[in-house]
Amino acid sequence: MINLDLTADVVVVGGGPAGTWAALTAAEAGADVLLLDKGYCGTSGPTASGGTGVWYVQPDPEEREKAMASREKLGGFLQDRRWMARVLDQTYENMNRLEAEARYPFPIVDGVPHKRGVQGPEYMRRMRSWIKRAGVRVLDHSPVTELLVDGTGTVAGVRGHRRQHGTGYRVRAGAVVLATGGCAFLSKALGCDVATGDGALFAAEAGAEMSGMEFSTAYAIAPAFTSVTKTAYYGFATFFRGDGTWLEGAGSQGGRSVIAKELLRTGTVLCQIDRATPEQQRQMRLGQPNFFLTFDRLGINPFTEKFPVTLLLEGTVRGTGGIRIIADDCATTVPGLYAAGDAATRELVCGAFTGGGSHNSAWAMSSGTFAGRGAAAFATALGATANRRRLTGVGEAGIQRPFDRTDALDVIRREVHPYDKNYLRTASRLEPALAHLDAVWDGRRGGAVATGGDLPGVRQAAAMVAHARWMYTSALARTESRGMARREEFPRLDPNQYHRLTVGGLDRLWTRPETVTGRELAVAS
Amino acid sequence: MIEVVSTERCVSCDVCIAVCPTNVFEAGPGGIPVIARQSDCQTCFMCEAHCPADALFVAPHTHPVPADSPLRDEEHLAGTGLLGSYRRELGWGRGRKPGARLAVGPELRPAAT
Ligand SMILES: Cc1cc2nc3c(=O)[nH]c(=O)nc-3n(C[C@H](O)[C@H](O)[C@H](O)COP(=O)(O)OP(=O)(O)OC[C@H]3O[C@@H](n4cnc5c(N)ncnc54)[C@H](O)[C@@H]3O)c2cc1C
Ligand code: SF4
Ligand code: SF4
Repeated sequence: MINLDLTADVVVVGGGPAGTWAALTAAEAGADVLLLDKGYCGTSGPTASGGTGVWYVQPDPEEREKAMASREKLGGFLQDRRWMARVLDQTYENMNRLEAEARYPFPIVDGVPHKRGVQGPEYMRRMRSWIKRAGVRVLDHSPVTELLVDGTGTVAGVRGHRRQHGTGYRVRAGAVVLATGGCAFLSKALGCDVATGDGALFAAEAGAEMSGMEFSTAYAIAPAFTSVTKTAYYGFATFFRGDGTWLEGAGSQGGRSVIAKELLRTGTVLCQIDRATPEQQRQMRLGQPNFFLTFDRLGINPFTEKFPVTLLLEGTVRGTGGIRIIADDCATTVPGLYAAGDAATRELVCGAFTGGGSHNSAWAMSSGTFAGRGAAAFATALGATANRRRLTGVGEAGIQRPFDRTDALDVIRREVHPYDKNYLRTASRLEPALAHLDAVWDGRRGGAVATGGDLPGVRQAAAMVAHARWMYTSALARTESRGMARREEFPRLDPNQYHRLTVGGLDRLWTRPETVTGRELAVAS
Repeated sequence: MIEVVSTERCVSCDVCIAVCPTNVFEAGPGGIPVIARQSDCQTCFMCEAHCPADALFVAPHTHPVPADSPLRDEEHLAGTGLLGSYRRELGWGRGRKPGARLAVGPELRPAAT
């Protein structure tokens, strides 16, 4: 049942950093913009609750060169130098605008605003008011459930559900930007339960492809049984076995797999942030107050006491895989459809390495800007014909055919969360896991076609299963270890696999190697 | 997870119902929101940050705490200063200086995430 029928030049799906920058840019280009969020634009997504370091680098050629070179090796040299340069330019501009136009209160260090990070709640509440000032209409608690296409397969709108009103809605649009975030598989990592890979599923149903899905093994440290996966300060920590003896090789960077192995073996790893000076401890409290929420409320002093930790799956949130982008305006392979932020692949700036720490946030605001501009231009070019098109929904699992949500959530818990399957990857464990995921996807075993208020949950479950299948299919296709895509049985980098991997399909999946672009500007090292 | 809605402090502004990303709250009797779907709570502390009356408390656990836990005891939370503490650190609320102004952490080691 359609209870609400709307039109817009540009629809932005998702109101995190990528979505809000896309909406702002499209509105400034003159488009009538509607932003739809599953949660609430301003609090939803990991940036809002977590906050982020930002890849903000002065436009000084030497500094920029250093910034681009710094993670290239970690990223298996899959980054695109031209894209890195444009993201650095755009991020620099956006962060300056955030101060000048949204009056973000940056700290002043040595007389100049310090723009290498933002506090999430402050950043995102300002983005919300800024886009509203720019004329963007915002619908919260309105998960999109599928894309609509016209007779030629061009994306021409969305359908969704208003969960606080119990009604459906449909939007006709000139162009759609997917900024739905990555997929963290409902692991309860900080702010991530809204990030269930919905956009990737919608895109694939319209015919789009994914890229870099093997770079999806992000697991983040949190105190056991809690949610705050802020990991920067664990660089100052030492890790111990349950009996208090030193856990050799364990670390936040480079030693997380040691933590995973010990957790698998004994279930307990202890941690103490014992390598920070009193001055650094003081700075940490100011830098990331949310890091201390857990400790203060549990009555733990993390600098002097050992506390148990766990690893929570962050999948493609702090991984890098996502919807494949084929042009500078973040266009996908489907006309009328654009992707930004974690919903899109971040290989162009991160390569095979995590985008956490600074690159993801820079990518989110820059790709959002590119996509917003691209979508507005696409909608303008369509003109009045945009609203005369006949629309068809392309959503499959849970809409055109039954899908079992309970089975899906169960298979995600059993085959995707566990460290021995998704983190310490090997074919002997990936293959059976993928077979289980395929069986649930296949859906012949049961489930139902969902309607009304049940639909978003079912689609979310389908999106996670689709995501995991692309992840494991790509992981199996890359028989080497590059960046975060490690294979236990192929521990080394293989020069013959120097390519990006595109993956696609819904029922039958396929992969295709892709030549690495944008290396001509790289300085030989 | 969200554990406490203080009936005494709540000013019935419905902000928590609007801002919770996972739609945990529902309007309740007498204008006091109820925790309708606690299992959907993602422990993100956003409702607490946005509540103008320091009426909400989110325990750090990703599962409900026992009924007799001090983290469900409003008096204890108010006495220890935990109630409203996140808002204080963010510098949100009238007359406070935004915490963002002070947010300079220590220099990190390279490639931290
Ligand atoms: C704890 C933590 C710390 C991090 N720290 C850093 C850091 O220091 N530096 C860094 O660069 N990166 C960091 N990251 C990564 C960074 O947070 C993300 O890259 C960033 O949030 C991506 O922004 P986004 O706008 O693409 O997606 P999100 O912020 O995930 O926003 C997605 C939005 O889409 C909405 N949505 C989802 N599905 C639908 C749907 N079906 N319909 C409508 N709306 C939908 C969601 O509600 C949400 O509002 C961190 C991540 C975590 C988890
Ligand atoms: S935000 Fe606070 S004051 Fe407002 S309704 Fe919720 S609990 Fe009450
Ligand atoms: S902690 Fe987050 S998810 Fe839980 S009730 Fe508050 S806003 Fe909602």
